[in-house]
Amino acid sequence: MNHALTLKIGPATFRIGSAWRQPVDALARLYADYPMPAGAIADFTVRLEPAGPFRRWFRPSIFITGDHGLADAAPMSLAHGLLAAEMGMNLQMALGWRRHLLLHASSVEKDGRALVMTGESGSGKSTLAAQLGERGWRLMGDEFALLDLETGAIFPFPRLVSLKNRAIGVLAAEAPAERMGPLLAGTAKGDIRHLIPRREAIGRMAEGAPPALLLFPRFGHEADVRPVGQGEVFMRLTQASTNYVALGEAGFAALSDFVRNVPARAIDFPSGDEAIALVERLWEELA
Amino acid sequence: MSARLLVRALRDPDEVAALDADGWNALIAMARAERLIGTLALRIGERPVPPAVGAILADARLDAAREARQALWEADRAAEALAGLDVPVVLLKGTAYAAAGLRAGQGRFIGDLDILVPRDAMDRVERALIGAGWEWVKDDPYDDAYYRRWMHELPPMIHAARDRMIDVHHTVLPLTARQTPDAAAMIAQAVPLTNELSMLSPEDRLCHAAAHLLADGDLAGGLRNLWDIYCLLDGVDGTALEARAAHHGLLSHVRQARRLAMALYGEGRDEGARLTLRDRIVKARLLARDGWGRERRGLLRFAFYLRSHWLRMPPAMLARHLFTKWRKGHRPV
Repeated sequence: MNHALTLKIGPATFRIGSAWRQPVDALARLYADYPMPAGAIADFTVRLEPAGPFRRWFRPSIFITGDHGLADAAPMSLAHGLLAAEMGMNLQMALGWRRHLLLHASSVEKDGRALVMTGESGSGKSTLAAQLGERGWRLMGDEFALLDLETGAIFPFPRLVSLKNRAIGVLAAEAPAERMGPLLAGTAKGDIRHLIPRREAIGRMAEGAPPALLLFPRFGHEADVRPVGQGEVFMRLTQASTNYVALGEAGFAALSDFVRNVPARAIDFPSGDEAIALVERLWEELA
Repeated sequence: MSARLLVRALRDPDEVAALDADGWNALIAMARAERLIGTLALRIGERPVPPAVGAILADARLDAAREARQALWEADRAAEALAGLDVPVVLLKGTAYAAAGLRAGQGRFIGDLDILVPRDAMDRVERALIGAGWEWVKDDPYDDAYYRRWMHELPPMIHAARDRMIDVHHTVLPLTARQTPDAAAMIAQAVPLTNELSMLSPEDRLCHAAAHLLADGDLAGGLRNLWDIYCLLDGVDGTALEARAAHHGLLSHVRQARRLAMALYGEGRDEGARLTLRDRIVKARLLARDGWGRERRGLLRFAFYLRSHWLRMPPAMLARHLFTKWRKGHRPV
């Protein structure tokens, strides 16, 4: 393709091809601290193609596809090309990754052990992980936590943190401006701005950690902590995994071990600061 | 770049030893796009490959094993659902190859469960499947009516709990196609697999695969179907095959499929040997894939898309069908 870039995030190598220069340039800038092994053999190919015959030049519009794609994926504006590239990589992981059990969860590490947070979009798991990543924890990822099928360790997938709407202001106040990406206004999910993880988090992206605590955060409610039964944890994690079925027995065994060994709590919180205090307290008590 | 790279790797897996990183990236992207990555992984087998490739091929082998396991379970569930009907149930395509342990099934991507049953049993089969949890996918009355009147299969059904599709065929080509294969003879000659399930005879497997590739559809994903044909040809008696193909009115299709399969996948053969002009056009269509996994040669593909409709229907009917679909907002890409 006209413009291309090879990029390694955690254990996965992506070959990204684009009909336009802008998305590749944006990736090269924001992923400058990541390995870019030009000419490497990639696990996945991502393609950003014109969404129709004239859409390269006339009202440029991106169709996101690659080794794995969705036929009915909505086209995206070239102005959101960076987001399209990110979505393209996520799509490959979600549909194609087989070397770990993939959990739709954020994760952070402290003292060699991992905290995993899962929940639906808007639960605050991403923002919470990003904030913890600025306050002494190692950010392992805001979107996917990779559960090792043999050892049960959590491995990082520390792509750019995708901050949405109100979370943008929260992190912009904490993180230096040079680690913030451009504002992508008016996407399908509202305003989006990317945060580059700290250099240490990127440098240690091959380093896993055994999970010590699982949280189901929920933003926008009075502070509360509830225990979650193992059966419910198991069911919620199967729903939070895109490759649980594909992995068959290996996925079942890894998830069963995880559920048996890792304490789990549901937490509600009205604000970020209260959430962080709550997380630190639970980490002291349980992990 | 064309899919010749993929064809050569399948034909002679030793050739992959010469690939550099760009070559591997192209080969893997093509193989995934053509749904031949599992087949390629099994063909490459234990040959030394770079570690990054080894991991990708190991994933593909695991996926292929799961495909086969799921496909056989679906076949078992369908056999269970239809057991009381006393109707012969013939497995077709990927599921049959996997069930019989055929070379064509090794690493093969298997999508839907395809079965062939006698036409006069279709109503009972349909009711039994619905009773066992399958439900309709298409909610458009035109599509439903079109399938029932003109197609060789029921409208596709999906199992509500297992999310897997089943295609119930009563013959192997649409009723509107120019050829009318003898489905009753295919069922009569079927080879038993289990007490409830059977598969087509070796000759009929080839007739079906050739009809599917060359007399139906637009050749999208055709390299996979042609690989099936190449594998199925192994050990089949040429004279018996020609006689059977002639009986079904598919002689020219089977001959063309055989020429193409041997030209592309046959070991130690010159790719261009004894191909007609038509063969070469089909071959160009089959190879229209680049190193990023993209389809190339848009005009040629569009021509084959038009041809697929032309093959399926007489002109007046085609015009009416396309107009109906157009009004419903369907546009060919």
